[in-house]
Amino acid sequence: MSGAYVIETILKILIVLGLFSALAGFATYVERKVLAFMQRRLGPMHVGPYGILQVVADGIKLFTKEDFIPQGAVKPIFKIAPVITAATAFMAMAAIPMFPEFTINGYTVKPIISDINVGLLYVVGVMAIGMYGPLLAGMASGNKWSLLGAARTVVQLLSFEVVTGLSILAPVMLVGSLSLIDINNYQSGGVSHWLIWTQPVAFILFLISGYAETNRTPFDILEHEAEIVSGYATEYSGMRWGMFFIGEYANMFTISFLASIIFLGGFNDLWFIPGAIAILIKVFFFIFLFLWTRAAWPHVRPDQLMWLCWKVLMPIAVINVVITGIVLMI
Amino acid sequence: MIEAIAFYTFAILTIAMFVIVVMSRNALYSMSALAAGMIFISGFFFLLDADFLGVVQIIVYTGAVMALYAFAMMFFDTTKEVKEKNSSNYKVFLLSGLSAILLIIIFVSPIISQKVQALYPMKENIGNTQSIGIVLFTKYLVPFEVAAIMLLVAMISGIVMASKRMDESLTLKVDEEIQKEEVK
Repeated sequence: MSGAYVIETILKILIVLGLFSALAGFATYVERKVLAFMQRRLGPMHVGPYGILQVVADGIKLFTKEDFIPQGAVKPIFKIAPVITAATAFMAMAAIPMFPEFTINGYTVKPIISDINVGLLYVVGVMAIGMYGPLLAGMASGNKWSLLGAARTVVQLLSFEVVTGLSILAPVMLVGSLSLIDINNYQSGGVSHWLIWTQPVAFILFLISGYAETNRTPFDILEHEAEIVSGYATEYSGMRWGMFFIGEYANMFTISFLASIIFLGGFNDLWFIPGAIAILIKVFFFIFLFLWTRAAWPHVRPDQLMWLCWKVLMPIAVINVVITGIVLMI
Repeated sequence: MIEAIAFYTFAILTIAMFVIVVMSRNALYSMSALAAGMIFISGFFFLLDADFLGVVQIIVYTGAVMALYAFAMMFFDTTKEVKEKNSSNYKVFLLSGLSAILLIIIFVSPIISQKVQALYPMKENIGNTQSIGIVLFTKYLVPFEVAAIMLLVAMISGIVMASKRMDESLTLKVDEEIQKEEVK
């Protein structure tokens, strides 16, 4: 525990916290623009050039809105719920290696806050805790729409968590380690060594359950505007709602980083592209995929989600694990 | 030094959370405190360098307590306080105090007589995920498989009990059809 180590870790935490809070704001702008172009609209255009300052305007609005707690709500739980979502989203990032190692003035920096040897499990587990945010928010609000949103949260967590676990089990069996750095180094041989070629089924399953984990559109049943007003977030406004929002976007980035590192070669050099830029390209491709899916797919119903997770995805994941095991033994 | 601070922080937090679980009359407070307490317990595993067990503690209890919330949602109005029926406070304190003392005796006596030894100590160069796997699939293979069979039995019986009307979907039915069936 040298002083340099402590300072380095605190610096990394501050950078991750600041960067991804800002990126969450910027991602809302990108989302609006991408959705608008896909629907042949212009999107935000008035605030700043091409509407780029819309992010700032939204931020000012969120911060200065009245802080409001409904009378029938359970106040402590109501206040703590958004914090859980935002905090766990950033805690999950602690075990993700974002970039390859680099040196500044002879001091080697590892761009990972804490390299624990069960990194992958840790990230998945902590992200699952994030679902307590919507659950507690819905149950503490004292509102029927919120309660329905909370009930749907339980349904969603219990459905997708099994699929997430089983889908990453197959790549972990191939690599033989739960550390994300080991998984990344396993694929260092170039594009042909990427795990997506040996585990295509696991990749698709992981993406689908990742969409469910971040409440993105096909599985956006927690705050389905057309059915339950705004679900768990009905009674929230201002910065409390903003924290749910930051948590959701930070989770999107976490899932994108995980998918890039586990299946698409992580931060290894890609042909002539250096590793740090390669992983950024992959991550932003996945973010774009999130938005693309939102524009292209309708919502599913809760019972369809359960049907999909338990009757389709889970058997496929189990079969995938068994086949991987047989291939490994041979 | 840092380990001691972390240990006492987690110890105080865990005890405080479980006190809320027992003392609170609001189901929502109790369950949130239960979830928090379970997660704080994982801190002890991390302090002992048992990373794998710590993460498993988090993952398992996230899902388990979440299922508890679902039951609470069905049976209580979680924003109101629950009225408890206590015949006498003395009985409650006596019984809970006795069981607490029993638990303490059970766990402290082997420590005092110094008969706690690691039967399968950690080996060098083997991570804790691997060593758990090795012990689980050699020494404790039979209990492991028996536990798996018990879980399978529980799962199948759960499905059997819930599956009486599984082939028809309630969501797809029009309300009138459901009402007709209820009249029958």
